[in-house]
Amino acid sequence: MKKLNRRSFIKGGLATTAAAAVLKETKSEASGDFDNYPEGMGVIVDLTRCVGCRSCEAACNKEQGLPEPAVPFDDFSVFDIIHHGEKRRTDETAYTIVNRYDPPEIDHPLFRKIQCNHCNEPACLTSCFVNAYTKTPEGAVIYNASVCVGCRTCMIACPFYIPTFKYSSAFTPRIMKCIFCYDTRLKNGKPPACVEACPQEALTFGKRRDVLKIGKQRIRETPGKYVDHIYGEHEVGGTAWMYLSSVPFDKVGFDTHVPKEPIINSVKEFLAMVPMVLTIWPGLFVGFHLLATRKDKIQELEKEKELRKLKENDEKEEQV
Amino acid sequence: MQTRKKFMRTALALTTGTILFAPIHLSAMDASDAPESVTIDSMAKLYAPVEFDHLMHTEYASCEECHHHTTGVQVADPNCLRCHANTPEADEVSCVGCHAADRFDDKYLATLDDPTIYHIDKPGLKGAYHLNCIGCHVIIDGPTGCQDCHAMTEAGEKRFNTGKHAPAGGNTSGAHH
Ligand code: SF4
Ligand code: SF4
Ligand code: SF4
Repeated sequence: MKKLNRRSFIKGGLATTAAAAVLKETKSEASGDFDNYPEGMGVIVDLTRCVGCRSCEAACNKEQGLPEPAVPFDDFSVFDIIHHGEKRRTDETAYTIVNRYDPPEIDHPLFRKIQCNHCNEPACLTSCFVNAYTKTPEGAVIYNASVCVGCRTCMIACPFYIPTFKYSSAFTPRIMKCIFCYDTRLKNGKPPACVEACPQEALTFGKRRDVLKIGKQRIRETPGKYVDHIYGEHEVGGTAWMYLSSVPFDKVGFDTHVPKEPIINSVKEFLAMVPMVLTIWPGLFVGFHLLATRKDKIQELEKEKELRKLKENDEKEEQV
Repeated sequence: MQTRKKFMRTALALTTGTILFAPIHLSAMDASDAPESVTIDSMAKLYAPVEFDHLMHTEYASCEECHHHTTGVQVADPNCLRCHANTPEADEVSCVGCHAADRFDDKYLATLDDPTIYHIDKPGLKGAYHLNCIGCHVIIDGPTGCQDCHAMTEAGEKRFNTGKHAPAGGNTSGAHH
């Protein structure tokens, strides 16, 4: 009886390892290296240029058909909002937010626009087991609402806390985040609405590799103006939206502890588990089913045996 | 007088967004060559046109501070001086002559990719105005609010959900979720 159990376990185990082996390979391909999109577009956000006019927020709101804001976009009191000890964040009603920082090193405030950074190797994409996300050759990270199951894994995986959800009904979750204006603009070679609206050209749009060059030129040719770093050149494996700043990035709300390699690399094992579970599920279920039926059979057998024993005993007793 | 005429023409070019060519002059310009006023309306949509008092501004800034190396007055920026130490007055001194009104035009974006071009980081017309104007206004305590220079139009109010188009709730706490 013990033998039977062990054998079915081993069978299940074999199925699992086989599935895992197959999966690992496809996974490492899918986790992908999007460097093969050299024509991808990008934006350099220059904090030294931004004046906090919120034109970008207003433009995004109209372009993306987002709900009416609580206060007008020319109301600058929003910069003083602190919610649970934090400045404003992007959410399902605002794909981009501008926040004010007052670093003690300088005598004037700095403003920082946040939105999805459109990572080269997006953690949201690699963590999603229904493949709701796509990195397009134009550089945008977009999503397919119709396949999303609302598991929120991407929310947890994104190093910049970008994806949020709108539940218009309990059964149709919808990822809400900046899409680089892919549908209406980027796809047609046009700049995003926020970029076009910015009066200060604090948002410089072009091919990622070109704007990166521009950023480097600004650092080199205006010594002392910028810290010698472009946030997003290497962070999390590189992002399409990158930043220039005149003060260290951690002074203006940036997470400077994010890895310099794609998130997928540091959590590969864990992430590989997610779809793996799905792939081995059928195998597991078959295994469980076999086990369960075996168990039933064994139990039946045992019962039969016991019954027989009992019968025998009874018979013996009767005989005695 | 000819230079003055030229300036008037470039001012016109600025307003209409077209480029006119003027004869080459080797002498440097000075403030007296400048137009008194320029109407900046080539991009007016969300905000009304700006009536730019050029004469008044010549009291605050010398030609090259706004026109860089184009007026024949030597630039101060050491980075520009590397190439433009002796650059004569240019054919074109109006902003739009160098700063593209359509910053996102394919042709313009292609120049960013051209390894033979040094000026890969030239702001478009809108960026050039605001960077130059606000950059200086901050230093000399000039006006810096959007509507200090140009009044918002109806389309602007719609875009910014303000004025006639302000949110009905009137919730001024601005609290998020
Ligand atoms: S910033 Fe977050 S949501 Fe945007 S692409 Fe990167 S991981 Fe995805
Ligand atoms: S790129 Fe488009 S969706 Fe993203 S913040 Fe800008 S306007 Fe909004
Ligand atoms: S529109 Fe430009 S200058 Fe204005 S807040 Fe946005 S990024 Fe800053």
